[in-house]
Amino acid sequence: MREKILNMLENNGRIDLKDMAVMLGMQEAEVANEIADMEKEHVICGYNTLINWDKTTEDKVTALIEVKVTPQRGLGFDSIAERIYQYDEVTSVYLMSGGFDFTVIIEGKTMKSVAQFVSTKLSPLESVLSTSTHFVLKKYKDYGIVLDSDEKDERMLVTP
Amino acid sequence: MRNALSKKIVDIQPSGIRKFFDVVNEMPDAISLGVGEPDFDTPWSVREEGIYSLEKGRTFYTSNAGLMELRQEICNYVHRKYGVLYNPSEETLVTVGGSEAIDIALRCMVDPGDEVLIPQPSYVSYLPCAIMADAAPVIINLKAENEFKLTKEQLEESITDKTKILVLPFPNNPTGAIMTKEELEQIVPVIIKHDLYVISDEIYSELTYGGRRHCSIASLPGMRERTITINGFSKAFAMTGWRLGYACGPKEIIGQMTKLHQFAIMCAPTTSQFAAVEALKNCDAEVDKMVEAYDQRRRYLINAFKEMGIECFEPFGAFYIFPSIKKFGMTSEEFATKLLEEQKLAVVPGTAFGDSGEGFIRISYAYSIDNLKTGLQRIQQFIDKL
Repeated sequence: MREKILNMLENNGRIDLKDMAVMLGMQEAEVANEIADMEKEHVICGYNTLINWDKTTEDKVTALIEVKVTPQRGLGFDSIAERIYQYDEVTSVYLMSGGFDFTVIIEGKTMKSVAQFVSTKLSPLESVLSTSTHFVLKKYKDYGIVLDSDEKDERMLVTP
Repeated sequence: MRNALSKKIVDIQPSGIRKFFDVVNEMPDAISLGVGEPDFDTPWSVREEGIYSLEKGRTFYTSNAGLMELRQEICNYVHRKYGVLYNPSEETLVTVGGSEAIDIALRCMVDPGDEVLIPQPSYVSYLPCAIMADAAPVIINLKAENEFKLTKEQLEESITDKTKILVLPFPNNPTGAIMTKEELEQIVPVIIKHDLYVISDEIYSELTYGGRRHCSIASLPGMRERTITINGFSKAFAMTGWRLGYACGPKEIIGQMTKLHQFAIMCAPTTSQFAAVEALKNCDAEVDKMVEAYDQRRRYLINAFKEMGIECFEPFGAFYIFPSIKKFGMTSEEFATKLLEEQKLAVVPGTAFGDSGEGFIRISYAYSIDNLKTGLQRIQQFIDKL
């Protein structure tokens, strides 16, 4: 049942608790408790809103940085990751398989500010061997949602 | 000039609801809970296979019965899902939607005067197809108190020595009723005793809810040899526009159906057939996701109607609910017409599916929750004013 609740919340974080209970065939209190438990256990880590910033006047630049590092004895990758993710500019850090170690996603106001972050904060870190920065030009789909979709129902209004 | 038309065809009543449908479809600002097809798009991998087959230039006829690869996958699927084993080369036919299969199955199996039992409310095409096949259709009026299931008593009392075929439309459009294995087992002895054949329209077989699984009547002892099972891709895989269905059954019947299909159709659309192979092989997860979404909407609707004080039995199949509007003192058609005029909301009157649908309306939940909410608000406003 947890998975069903999570799937619904993942699709719509603002879903009404009562609707959710009805749709799952559960009591409202049951759902509320389950969600509270999952928040406590950090199964649910937060609630975000997916925003298409391109449609606002706010300037945002997203960059995806491939980072190669030397893992530290006894600590592996975790302590380096921590040093990286502490920065507010960093929105995501993933440990990767393959040709490099971390994917670091950064949001800044301008390309210059991102470049500055990489050259003054990220690259100088002791364990960082190299970085490769890729700027996002356009987001088409994020978290399963097509950002600029104008889908409409093309079905006939009634059919047998 | 002589009359150009066949009396038999002219005499077939056009679906009484046609006029209502025409009115609705010309109201651009109306919203609808009246659609009989999924709101989901065909899974992308299936569409992609269709595109790929076009790119490859696979634009020729297939064999009359359909691509062998597809028939093989159909047989695997039917066996995996419903436990009935068919031979892809002699017992399987790929058709242009389930509708074609219904038509040719009836044509192949009846002689003039043979009686065909048609339980109603049910899909609109059984009756005209039976008439076109020169059969004598006999309607069985299913009852709300039986949750619109076919009981052995009702079946028994409709049978005469001329009865040859029973059409079995479950999971049911428009009522959403299903028949479980136990309920089918009740009617099987009657079918066998009277030596009837069954045309089982299982187009909604994948869409069952509340932990209930579809049972194909052909899987019950003694039934495989007297059942034509009709299914298709429209509902389970959201592929209505691809026009692809299939029939499985004894080779004598499928052989004759293939002959008719060859003369009338030649073969089902090739692009659709290639796409359908992908649907059967790799789309279980996509179907599960759609079924889960339908189930949530179903619960939502049932609850909403309960809160509005409108009586509705809980259906476990297809994507319809069939609430009773008897207490408002209007016919189904009056109710639907007024609802359309006053609230610009389209629903389908139960009578579109037979006289026994009087007093009911069909609400489809092939819509997002937001659309359902808007629709429900309009129904609430409508009944508040009555």
